[in-house]
Amino acid sequence: MSYLEVTNIGISFGGLRAVDDFCLNIEKGQLYGLIGPNGAGKTTVFNLLTGVYQPDKGKVELDGVNLTGRSPVEINQNGIARTFQNIRLFNNLTVQDNVKAGLHNQNSYSVFEGILRLPRYRRQEQAMDKRAVELLKVFDLDQEKDTLASNLPYGKQRKLEIVRAMATHPKLLLLDEPAAGMNPNETAELMETIQFVRGHFDMTILLIEHDMKLVSGICEELTVLNFGSVLVQGNTGDVLNNPEVITAYLGD
Amino acid sequence: MKAMNPMKLFGSVRPATKNKTITYLMVLIFFGISGILVQTGSVGSLFTGLLVPMCYYIIMAVSLNLTVGILGELSLGHAGFMCVGAYVGGIFSLLTKDAISQVWIRFPLAMLIGGLCAALMGILIGVPILRLRGDYLAIVTLAFGEIIRKVVQNIYIVSDKNGLHFSFVNTVNPASIDLATKEEILNGPMAVSGIPKDTTLWIAVLMVMITLFVIMNLVDSRSGRAIMAIRDNRIAAEATGISITRHKLIVFVTSSFFAGLAGVLYAHFSTITPVKFDYNMSILILVFVVLGGIGNIRGSVIAAVILYALPELLRGFQNYRMLIYAIVLIVMMLLNNNAKFIQFKAGLGRKLFHRKAKEAA
Repeated sequence: MSYLEVTNIGISFGGLRAVDDFCLNIEKGQLYGLIGPNGAGKTTVFNLLTGVYQPDKGKVELDGVNLTGRSPVEINQNGIARTFQNIRLFNNLTVQDNVKAGLHNQNSYSVFEGILRLPRYRRQEQAMDKRAVELLKVFDLDQEKDTLASNLPYGKQRKLEIVRAMATHPKLLLLDEPAAGMNPNETAELMETIQFVRGHFDMTILLIEHDMKLVSGICEELTVLNFGSVLVQGNTGDVLNNPEVITAYLGD
Repeated sequence: MKAMNPMKLFGSVRPATKNKTITYLMVLIFFGISGILVQTGSVGSLFTGLLVPMCYYIIMAVSLNLTVGILGELSLGHAGFMCVGAYVGGIFSLLTKDAISQVWIRFPLAMLIGGLCAALMGILIGVPILRLRGDYLAIVTLAFGEIIRKVVQNIYIVSDKNGLHFSFVNTVNPASIDLATKEEILNGPMAVSGIPKDTTLWIAVLMVMITLFVIMNLVDSRSGRAIMAIRDNRIAAEATGISITRHKLIVFVTSSFFAGLAGVLYAHFSTITPVKFDYNMSILILVFVVLGGIGNIRGSVIAAVILYALPELLRGFQNYRMLIYAIVLIVMMLLNNNAKFIQFKAGLGRKLFHRKAKEAA
């Protein structure tokens, strides 16, 4: 039994079968890549995994817990955190507050305790502040903790999204095109960050990416998606040399 | 012994805490000075009469800012909640003014009941429209405010020795009423008379402080962060594990509770008629919020004070009154968006602050 087990999920939008019979098995601690040409349905798969869309068939299981048909909030609480292709930060909150929003569910003081400033509020807020700064330090963002998220440079915004996702204490991290819009230097730094997250937090990671350098550099296994269904699955090296994959990307 | 540096002492306080303290002090100083001026008789009755309404308009603006500024949803029916609070609280006092003679028990009870009924309305309206956003939410809240007003406008209540008689059609059928003990309580669109005038300036100011305390602390807590996260990016908030339903309801309930509270203060200060809680009132409050700065609680307080007092103080200009009012609105709007003015404000704050620090040193 794998850590993440996705069996035969699918969804249609109108008459279009956007994703069909998608299967995926990821072991704990693996760094897994999901690639495919534009419009292949990669982000739709992410949306199915995180509950943004409900699959019309199939099953999603993480660490033995069935997550099929749950809401995004429940799925996050059960251990899947994600980042977005187009960055979605809480722009009018500070960097630190973005991370603290990620820590939301790991704290339990009630609304009234918050309003009345009872001891549990103080204790947990202090612990949250500390934890947020710790996390930011790990990602080298602690200098900017009081900056508004929208004022961060692009690369750091991407990083902050990862920090926020990590703050929810996930078992599985989904990264949707983390290198999109980055220059080669930033991409190289990002590769280090992803490797680091995996090592430091012992994290299982599934990522969507178009940058083949990044994919071949860090992913161990790949799934290639084309027109909503799985084309090839296997070791990164084998997959990238597969003639079918090359045809899917470049045409005949 | 080394002298404490006051700058440092202040610098160690969290910015949010500092911000709140300034807001509290501002309100206390303003109403403190006004109160003293009223006591010593140095201001006219016109100004005196404005102070209590200012308080309940501040409460309205601050509570609406929670919905519009912090949650980011446009609500056009805030006056509806105020109406519920005003009528429920007012009628409660009217009915119990003989039974509970002590004001200090009766009035807080009236405020609590009025606030809770408004909060209940907040839930009733909040649950079905949880999925609505933006324009749709605005339309529904607008309709809700009007419905409340129209319903209240058509309620007739008469009391006699047998108890209370309700009617939705017209004055309650006289045949069933013992005319000797008949007392009209609610007479449809007519003003409600006989509500004890319990709202004093200090109670109103106390309520402003409580409102500010609750709302500012709510915003500066775990829930407040979640609410603002939802405002900034709903999809990301969900993916971060923040329940949208729960936090939207928290906002609707809190916001309508305080609107109800403001209504109770209103009912115990001046006469209430349903017409007063119409669409224009909701828009007036929204104008306070927008011009004070969306999401800026202190701004709402300042805007409520200035924009409420202005038309009254401009009465001397007679026909030009609303013209000047409109110009002030436009100028405020322009200034609020002007980068130079924002810089000037920040610079002014710094200058004042430095001077204080120097004096203290």
